[in-house]
Order: sequence, then C-alpha cells, then structure tokens
Amino acid sequence: MAVAKTWVFADIVDGTPVGAALELLTKARSLGGTVEAVAFSPQAESAAALLGEYGATTLHAGTDAAYGELLLGGPAADAMAVLAEQHHPDLILFASTYLGRDVAGRLAAKLDVPVIGNGLELSANGQVSVGTSIFGATRNVTTVFEDRKPAIVLVRPKSFAAESGGGGPATVSAVSASIDDKHRGAKLIERRSEASSGPKLEEAPVVISGGRGLGEPKNFEVLEQLASLVGGAVGASRAVVDAGWVPYSMQVGQTGKTVKPAIYIAVGISGAMQHTVGMKGAKTIVAINRDADAPIFKLADLGVVGDAMKILPQVIEQIKARKG
Amino acid sequence: MNVVVCIKQVPDPNSPGQLDPSTHLLKRDGELVLDPGDEFGVEAGLQLVEKHGGQVTVVSMGPERGLDAVRKALAMGAAKGVLISDDSLRGSDALTTAKVLAAAIRKQDFDVVITATESTDGYTGVVPQMIAGLLDIPAVTFAKSVSVEGDKLTAQRQTETGIEVVEATLPVVLSVTAGVNEPRYPSLKGIMGAKQKPLDRPGPADLNLEDVGGASTGQRITAIDSAPERAAGEIIKDEGEAAKRIVDFLADKKVI
Ligand SMILES: Cc1cc2nc3c(=O)[nH]c(=O)nc-3n(C[C@H](O)[C@H](O)[C@H](O)COP(=O)(O)OP(=O)(O)OC[C@H]3O[C@@H](n4cnc5c(N)ncnc54)[C@H](O)[C@@H]3O)c2cc1C
Ligand SMILES: Nc1ncnc2c1ncn2[C@@H]1O[C@H](COP(=O)(O)O)[C@@H](O)[C@H]1O
Repeated sequence: MAVAKTWVFADIVDGTPVGAALELLTKARSLGGTVEAVAFSPQAESAAALLGEYGATTLHAGTDAAYGELLLGGPAADAMAVLAEQHHPDLILFASTYLGRDVAGRLAAKLDVPVIGNGLELSANGQVSVGTSIFGATRNVTTVFEDRKPAIVLVRPKSFAAESGGGGPATVSAVSASIDDKHRGAKLIERRSEASSGPKLEEAPVVISGGRGLGEPKNFEVLEQLASLVGGAVGASRAVVDAGWVPYSMQVGQTGKTVKPAIYIAVGISGAMQHTVGMKGAKTIVAINRDADAPIFKLADLGVVGDAMKILPQVIEQIKARKG
Repeated sequence: MNVVVCIKQVPDPNSPGQLDPSTHLLKRDGELVLDPGDEFGVEAGLQLVEKHGGQVTVVSMGPERGLDAVRKALAMGAAKGVLISDDSLRGSDALTTAKVLAAAIRKQDFDVVITATESTDGYTGVVPQMIAGLLDIPAVTFAKSVSVEGDKLTAQRQTETGIEVVEATLPVVLSVTAGVNEPRYPSLKGIMGAKQKPLDRPGPADLNLEDVGGASTGQRITAIDSAPERAAGEIIKDEGEAAKRIVDFLADKKVI
C-alpha cells in the first residue's frame, strides 16, 4: 500500500500545535504523497501557519466552540471518521499524547481498522511499516499493515526531530460534521497546570532525574539547585511520582515522558527498563547510585557508585566555585 | 451501581518476557500474574460499589490459565467473573481484543467499565478507548481520582502538563492510572469464597463474534531484532573524588 496521502492529527494547546505534531509532519514529508493536518479546537485556524511551515498543505479544522469544552475523544473520532470516508487518507499519524491516544483508539474502532501503538520508526516502501521496541528497548519489532486502510499509527513523542519544511500556511478546510448530543455529557471542568519554572523537561539540554534513592521528597531541592546551575530540568522515576513526592508531569519512562537531552543525570534511580525506555536516547548518561550492580550503570557513560546526597552538594559547590 | 472491570493476566513484570521466535507471540510459560495495573482497576470498582451499592463483574480475555487472575479479582471482592478463552483469539490485536471485551460487557449490567490505562505486557494503551467507541459511550481516561454522584462521574485526569477535572454522564468507560488507590490484598475468607462465585465462560459464538481473531488483524510482524546496546562507560567508586570527576565531565561536555 503506497502512501498517497498522510494525515497528522495535531493536538492544539493554547492555539499552538504541540511539538510532537510538528515532529510527525516532518516525518510525513519524507514518506512522499500529500501531507495534511487535522485539528479540533476553537483556535485551530491559528495553527495553520505553523502546521503549513512543517509540511501540511491543508488543515482540516474543527472550530466549533464546544471542542474547547468537551472531552475530545468521542467528537473528534466521529468527525475524523466522516472526513476519512470523504478524503481517503492512507495513513493517519497520532502522537501518543493523552489526547492522541483517546482519539486514535476510538477512530480505529469506528473505521474498523487496526492501530499500531508506541511507534518509534516509520517507513512506507510499498507497505507502511512501523518500528517499536519491547522489553525495555532490548528488542526492536517491525510490524507492517496489510490491506486495510487507513493505517493508524501512534508515535511516541521525540521519535523524530521537528524540522521546518519552509512551507506557507496550510489552507484551512472547515470540518462541518456537527457534534452529536451524546458527546455533550462528557466535559472539561477545569485545567490545573503543574508546570514548573525553567526549561521544559522534553526540551531541556540537561535533565537531572531523581528516584527513590534520594531518600525523601525534600532532597529534590538539591536536584532543582543543580538544574538551575546548568540550565536543566528535573525529572523523576515513577516510584517517587507514585509516592507523591513530585507531580506526574515530571515522570520519565514508558508511562511518562520520553526525553532526549544532551546529558541525562540519573540520581538514585535503579534503571528499571520501564524507566530507561524514556531516557535511553540521551546523548550522554551519568548515573549516581549506591549499588554497584544497579542496572542503570549498564547505560551510563559515567557511573558513580556512591551516596547521592553526599556527592551532589559537593558537585553544586564546585560548579559554583568554577563559575566564580 | 454496577461496575465491569477489564482485567488481564500478564507475565510477571519482575521477570522479563520473551517472544516465541517462530510465532511472534508472547511466551506464557513463566510466572503469570493479574496485571498490577488492573489491581488498581479492581480496587476502584470495589470502592465504587461499596459506596453506591451494586456489584463488580470482572471480564478477561486470555488463555485458560487466565482463570487465576479472575479468581484473584474474585478473592479481592468482585462478585462474578467472565473469562473468554478460545484458540481463535490467540494473537489478537488491540481492536479484536476490544471487540471481544465489548461484546462480553454488553451482556452485563453496567454503569461504569473500568480498565487500566495500559497493560503491563502489551502497553498499546488503546483498548479502553476502543471499548468506549464500540459501546458508543464516553471514555474518561488516565483518571487519578474518581467520584460518582447521581448519574455523573467526576474524575481528575492526568495530562502532559498537569491535571484536568472532567465530568461525564454515566455510563462511561474509565481508565485508571497506577497509584489511584491502594489495592487490597485478598483475605483468606475472600480466597475461600471466590471458589463459590459465579464464573461465566462464553465462547466467541456465544458473544455473536464471527470473524475476529488473530488471523483478521490486518497487521503482521515482519522482524524482531536485538536493539543495539550502548557502549560501556566508565564506572568509578566514590572515594571523595567523585564530585570533581562529575564536574570535570560536565565541563568537558560544555554544560558548565
Ligand atoms: C507498566 C509499568 C510502567 C512503568 N512506567 C514507568 C515509568 O514511566 N517511569 C519509571 O521511572 N518507572 C516506571 N515503572 C516502574 C519501574 O518498573 C520501577 O519500579 C521504577 O522505575 C523504580 O524507580 P526508582 O529507580 O526510583 O526506585 P528503585 O528501583 O527503588 O531504585 C532506587 C535506587 O536508588 C539507589 N539508592 C538508594 N539510596 C541511595 C543513595 N543514598 N545514593 C544513591 N543511590 C541510592 C538504590 O541502590 C536503587 O538502585 C513502570 C512499571 C510498570 C509495571
Ligand atoms: N485481554 C484482555 N482482557 C481483559 N482486559 C484487557 C485485555 N487487554 C486489555 N485489557 C484492558 O485494557 C487495558 C489497556 O490495555 P492495552 O490497550 O492492551 O494496553 C488493560 O490494562 C486492561 O484493563
């Protein structure tokens, strides 16, 4: 199945497409064929310029005010199913964001087509083929779609770099499908941000993550200090997120964020495979752990066996001294 | 209020899984457990019926050995178990799984269908939304806390940047995250009592499911390779010099 038309679902936050959508558009350009974006938000049209720049020629935009107030999974999947029957995309790409997963699963059920999730690689030579990794990224699996169309793929953020294609704004094509009343009972009441100061975890050049080995929540302050000295962001293992030490938005790993910083510093993290899938792509990895047998050392470019709460304050002092 | 909880039996996450090189299916010869993610689902269901009345039914699709996971949920307090096992369902993809589960759920009385956000072994994480699509009801996904009042379910759900408070009119599909509650351990009485609880074993035909199953999934694994390993790095033991070594390393990488 050659790919004549690829759609990218664009998750719009405050009028701007999320970075993962731009990554997918960049990748979609390389597959050949037409690239179009689909978005549902009262402010979707304001995303046309950026989506166009990254490769979408057309933006199918659902701009009903209700898209800003409802849980989008149901209404967006309904509208996309109608659109897909009109426009026949061969491939629909979603980023595995919360919204992407909500819409992709539902759309697949409506269209009765399979989904491949957790995509990390993508190619379309005759057949759409998706690379995923399993068992803590120790095995790579390649899966191809057979005859049914469209192929729906959920791709993990950060799998591809976002690069501008220099295109002009996408032509906006209004999505006319109306929202069925049955979806109106499921709505958003309030949004609370957990975003911290400093660079975003997904974008920071240095990520310093803490795990259970930090001993107590208060010790995250030491990571914050180090992060602010090196322009980094602080991440965490799930063990400490589940324990309520830090918010979920800081979690790195299979069920958290994927990060690809130039330097990743793992402090008091054992290196369970569900954690390492989220940080293996870092260019350089430093690990501090008391246990010389901790699996994290298998990944480390520099591994230090020792007590993190003894070493880190010294690191901070010395960096301050060097900075003068 | 009646709750259906979807539960799956998975290889023990503490002992890494393996794929059969010839069939590309997960080997299930090691220790199998009720998916730890689904324990949160069972607990969430039990808490809802304890507060609002009604009962919890657990539904699972999987091999015969999956009965152990169903029994564990019954021992925790679920009232009834449904296990769909059939050779034709081996190798099912997410959509086929969702079709089978949705067909079994339709035969139950339910106000809320609970799942985990993703299974520990497959982690496609789309089965919940597919079930909701097939049942044509809303999905409230990634819930960190849940409450029900009258016919309204309110949840705090996780997002990339924080938390959303959302509301939906019953019936709904609810996917719960790890840590949403503290799953109970089955008591001895619960374990003994589980043996007397009703267990339904419908086959695909009983659920009017023709033409689903591994062969009709529309996708095919073509290769499984070992991922390249990172080259080994330098490991040092802290004898007072480690901080300096780290700082030098960071300076060398131009971080400072
Ligand atoms: C389905 C599923 C999904 C998951 N998703 C994720 C995910 O997205 N992200 C994630 O991180 N995990 C995830 N996990 C959990 C994962 O399996 C591990 O349990 C978790 O990563 C462990 O966190 P940790 O390394 O902080 O804790 P531990 O494994 O308890 O490790 C703590 C480490 O700290 C070291 N230590 C102790 N004291 C000190 C000290 N003073 N100085 C230095 N080191 C010290 C110890 O030697 C140990 O190695 C998932 C699990 C499952 C089943
Ligand atoms: N075979 C199954 N039987 C019962 N529930 C399942 C099955 N597969 C998936 N689920 C449910 O759907 C959730 C998400 O699974 P998945 O989409 O496969 O990651 C799981 O945590 C279960 O609650």
